[in-house]
Amino acid sequence: MKSGSNLERLLEKGEFVITGECGPPKGADTEVVHKKAEFFRGNVDAVNVTDNQTSIVRMSSISTCAILRQLGLEPIMQMVTRDRNRIAIQSDIFGAYALGIRNILCLTGDHQSFGNHPQSKNVFDLDSIQLIQTVKLMRDEGCVLGGDKIQGIPKMFIGAAINPFATPFEFRVTRLAKKIKAGVDFVQTQSVFNLKRFEDFMNMARDKGLHEKVYILAGVTPLKSVGMARYMKEHVAGMDIPDEVIDRLKGVPKEKCKEEGINICVETIQRLREIDGISGIHLMAIEWEEMVPEIVKRAGLLPRPGV
Amino acid sequence: MIIAEQKPIQEIKSMIAGYRKVLIVGCGTCVTVCMAGGEKEVGVLASALRMACKLDGKEIETEEVTIERQCEWEFIDQLKERIEEAESVLSMGCGVGVQAISERFSHIPVYPALNTMCLGLPEEQGIWTERCVACGDCILDKTGGICPIARCSKGLLNGPCGGSSDGKCEIDKEIDCGWQLIYDRLRELGRLEELSEIIPPKDWSSARDGGPRKTIRKDVRI
Repeated sequence: MKSGSNLERLLEKGEFVITGECGPPKGADTEVVHKKAEFFRGNVDAVNVTDNQTSIVRMSSISTCAILRQLGLEPIMQMVTRDRNRIAIQSDIFGAYALGIRNILCLTGDHQSFGNHPQSKNVFDLDSIQLIQTVKLMRDEGCVLGGDKIQGIPKMFIGAAINPFATPFEFRVTRLAKKIKAGVDFVQTQSVFNLKRFEDFMNMARDKGLHEKVYILAGVTPLKSVGMARYMKEHVAGMDIPDEVIDRLKGVPKEKCKEEGINICVETIQRLREIDGISGIHLMAIEWEEMVPEIVKRAGLLPRPGV
Repeated sequence: MIIAEQKPIQEIKSMIAGYRKVLIVGCGTCVTVCMAGGEKEVGVLASALRMACKLDGKEIETEEVTIERQCEWEFIDQLKERIEEAESVLSMGCGVGVQAISERFSHIPVYPALNTMCLGLPEEQGIWTERCVACGDCILDKTGGICPIARCSKGLLNGPCGGSSDGKCEIDKEIDCGWQLIYDRLRELGRLEELSEIIPPKDWSSARDGGPRKTIRKDVRI
């Protein structure tokens, strides 16, 4: 065991895992976290906590993770390199581990121009691949980037994101290979809507044997409306939503749209389960966490296995 | 070269509001080429300022001079007599020029008429784009001659990130993804396999992060 996190144990056991995603509140209101936690309890194996996603200021990922842990859930701390240099990153990893956080998702982060402080200065002292290397160095070599020995080694289970839908397409498999080379243990993908393209990606990954070197969790997101689908297609970087998905939502009466969005999500999960090399699902019900129990149930993924 | 552009006339006007005589100093090097602060722009700004002040019911006297380079003492020293006669100086040089004049003539207030943008080149007529951030430790050998620090919005050393879409950057569809450019160039050079190598964290101590930079060349010291 590298970290001994529940997520790692389940993946090691060969369980088909499911992770959720919790967006922290835009303030210090812990009630929001408590409420969201109940949608995840018993329905997912671990919960990602986003780190000021889309560069909008929210409660910190570390503290939200610590709250989830107090509530008995297993957090996956997302950490972006946009806002912290290598000093702050390593310090926060010590702190997170001390608070009982055992999983980290290493990300570069959205550019600050998307958020509510486009005037801010960014950092990007490291990129996501270098962050993976850093966490691995801390865990496996017991030292910080500067070379000093660590007192109390943070043994994190290391995750990263991959986007099979970004371009150049051929490079996306190389990028996954680079993340593996850097030391990643598991990856979660961008939301899959274009299954054809995802299958092509997985074929290429399997050809290189990458699915045997890392746990791949396929991302899914339920679509609430035609408007949301269109917005994501046009405005979310690296999001690939084929027209037939949007047409399917358009094809039902407006009041049935949410239901159809859930149907698409459940069907996508079922198809993803069939793909060789997929170790689990990462369910991103964006500001729609209350649908998590139903989606997981309908996808036939209940009850969740114990550790 | 250094790319600059003129500040809005209102901002310049308010800087010099307290003066009756202004010496406008152009620079004959970078900012002449990028059409921001050469002899021609000095003339245009002088008349625009006089006119703008006149509309406010105020007369100002403008003097115009353009020197070869505002970043070298031998050219700056040529300003001595002109500066004696002025109440204030409006420099149309880059940030280096403004500071060099202030440093040489510390008794006179010097104001910037330009915003210094970047180290870049004219991509097309009227369009200038950034190419170098002067990090002090060039890595262009590793990236096919295209700088990821200057050309990737996040300055990533192992890109392209997941926000690269059809060759464009996530922050603006008008901006090329720097890493797509690197990818295309390395493919053209038959060096794509180099992208499998991880570039380690950069040592930023040679960049601005290490403090104000100073280069000493013993071989050329007198």
